[in-house]
Amino acid sequence: MSSLLEIEDLNVWFDLPDGGELHAVQGVNVSVDGGGRLGLVGESGCGKTTTALALMGLLPSNASAAGRVLLDGTDLLAGGEETMRPHRWVDVAIVFQGAMNALNPVQTVGAQIVEALEEHGQARGRTARAQTGELLEAVGIPASRASRYPHELSGGMRQRAAIAMALSCKPQVLIADEPTTALDVMVQAQILELLDALCRDFGLALLLVTHDLPVVAQLCDRAAVMYAGEIVESGPVDSLYHEPRHPYTRLLFAATPDLHGGDIPVSIPGSPPRLDRVLQGCPFHQRCDRAFARCTDERPLLKTLDAGRAAACHLNDVPAEVA
Amino acid sequence: MSTTANGHRLLEVEDLVVHYPVARGIVGTMTRQPEKLVRAVEGISFSLDRGELLALVGESGCGKTTTAQTVLRLIDPVGGRIAFDGRDITTLSNKTLRPLRRRMQIIYQDPYESLDPRLKVHTTIEEPLVIHRAGGSKTQRAELIRDALERVELTPPDLFLDRYPHELSGGQRQRVAIAASIVLGPELLVADEPVSMLDVSVRAGVLTLLDRLREGGLGILMITHDLSTAARFADRIAVMYLGRIVEEGPASAVVSDPQHPYTKALLSVVPSRDPRERSQPQILTGEAPDAVNVPSGCRFHPRCPLAVDDCRTIDPELERVGEARGHRAACILVRR
Repeated sequence: MSSLLEIEDLNVWFDLPDGGELHAVQGVNVSVDGGGRLGLVGESGCGKTTTALALMGLLPSNASAAGRVLLDGTDLLAGGEETMRPHRWVDVAIVFQGAMNALNPVQTVGAQIVEALEEHGQARGRTARAQTGELLEAVGIPASRASRYPHELSGGMRQRAAIAMALSCKPQVLIADEPTTALDVMVQAQILELLDALCRDFGLALLLVTHDLPVVAQLCDRAAVMYAGEIVESGPVDSLYHEPRHPYTRLLFAATPDLHGGDIPVSIPGSPPRLDRVLQGCPFHQRCDRAFARCTDERPLLKTLDAGRAAACHLNDVPAEVA
Repeated sequence: MSTTANGHRLLEVEDLVVHYPVARGIVGTMTRQPEKLVRAVEGISFSLDRGELLALVGESGCGKTTTAQTVLRLIDPVGGRIAFDGRDITTLSNKTLRPLRRRMQIIYQDPYESLDPRLKVHTTIEEPLVIHRAGGSKTQRAELIRDALERVELTPPDLFLDRYPHELSGGQRQRVAIAASIVLGPELLVADEPVSMLDVSVRAGVLTLLDRLREGGLGILMITHDLSTAARFADRIAVMYLGRIVEEGPASAVVSDPQHPYTKALLSVVPSRDPRERSQPQILTGEAPDAVNVPSGCRFHPRCPLAVDDCRTIDPELERVGEARGHRAACILVRR
């Protein structure tokens, strides 16, 4: 059974000015089903945004990618820009972090969406304007606001407009990179409700890239936790929180304050390893509270566990009574 | 209520009002349009004791940062009174204020911007001592700097003294900023969104550090939009909406027994980290109106799901609510 979007063994390297290389994404495997919502979570520098850019073919020129990005079985990476272009925005679209500030300030919101529709041959003229109205309505903006300039809209409205623009070619997959990070909690709730409705009503598959665990816990059905360029654990959000199988997942949840959760949040000591060097052993072993001898020597592979779960931790090989 | 030996609270704010003029532009001025005001803070009162952490929470534009900066006299109020350790500082001149400034310090949101990239950690922490001509001899100063680094858990200090900000992680930078703010031994610390730019895994450490400083007697006024953080780390929470405090009380009471409809809505949309606790968010439509056109009566009434006719005309005052001591809310429906 194959998923709508499958990322297999994705690797991304950045060329550094000093001639070195930074291995930002290290063999990532994830998949999203039609109508599914996958959260890609991790802290800054873990490679989550790079992963998102790689599967849109939007990496900067000093980066190179290898691996497969399969959309309905077609490898988008196989032929570089040639194979990517027909699908970018059309089948897979992205809302960037801070997208509400990425709109063109001297063009009305409507004109920008009309332009996107015409550029991709979706519609022209009057039809394009009518579709723009429908898109705006779909994201909760009255169609009459199409004639407004971005500065005349609030932050939340601009974020909605950016989502409308990403949806203009009716993509099957929407990637949202930190869609609510700069927004107030009430506006965040409005945007999350919108993303939820888009997935439910239009069968849109969502890849939510964020550092915000509670947002993922509330909106997504599955999540993949990234650390130092690789996925250390993936599975249904419920089991990630209630029975984490990687210490990083457990510690990350424990570091996250909760309105009603009784425990005082605790930091994870240390910081992530540098990715411009070859890593020895488990990338998390220096910060891990359960590390043992094997962790410093041998890098754990992401292994499939039960019930759609996978984790990259040697502890899962150890019988429970010993661990 | 803990007070000082001389019986004064560390900080007392009464009826504070802060307005900013809105630029009318040349056309506006020539056509003599009436001058408009941003009513950033419109009559708020609160107090802070030593060893207490008060969180001022609310959405952007609610006036929380203006309040914090006015308390430190970085902005001049148009009305009200600010008393620091019993002394009215509302209208003190900069010169008279200067010796008091070392007793009240601020840390900002972005440790990537608040530290001078050209200064070593040592120089950054020494600067406040130099400015206030404090700390005694060079050797004594060096001792104070090391002590400040130890208090923010950057140990051993020798490892950090000669580093530049770019050689530090985000969490370490914020700790350096805190070290520079506590080296003068202040009694009041204003922390404006102290962890919102930091990674999740290090936020808790910085907050725990602030908590430890609070235990040591520091009074902390923390500005935050993050209710979960306020719930875990504050002694008391004051919720602001459009320049007013609409609810205030012990953190546990405000979070578990909210009284004002705005507080209730705000709490209901805070996502939980537990996927099984999918709440029923009570999403308010629209965004807070701007502080130029403040609604009549209760300023929350246009967005309030419970508003009645009276709410359009009656501007409610903070009054005692709930069970907990010191729990107050400004809503005519709660009072009834």
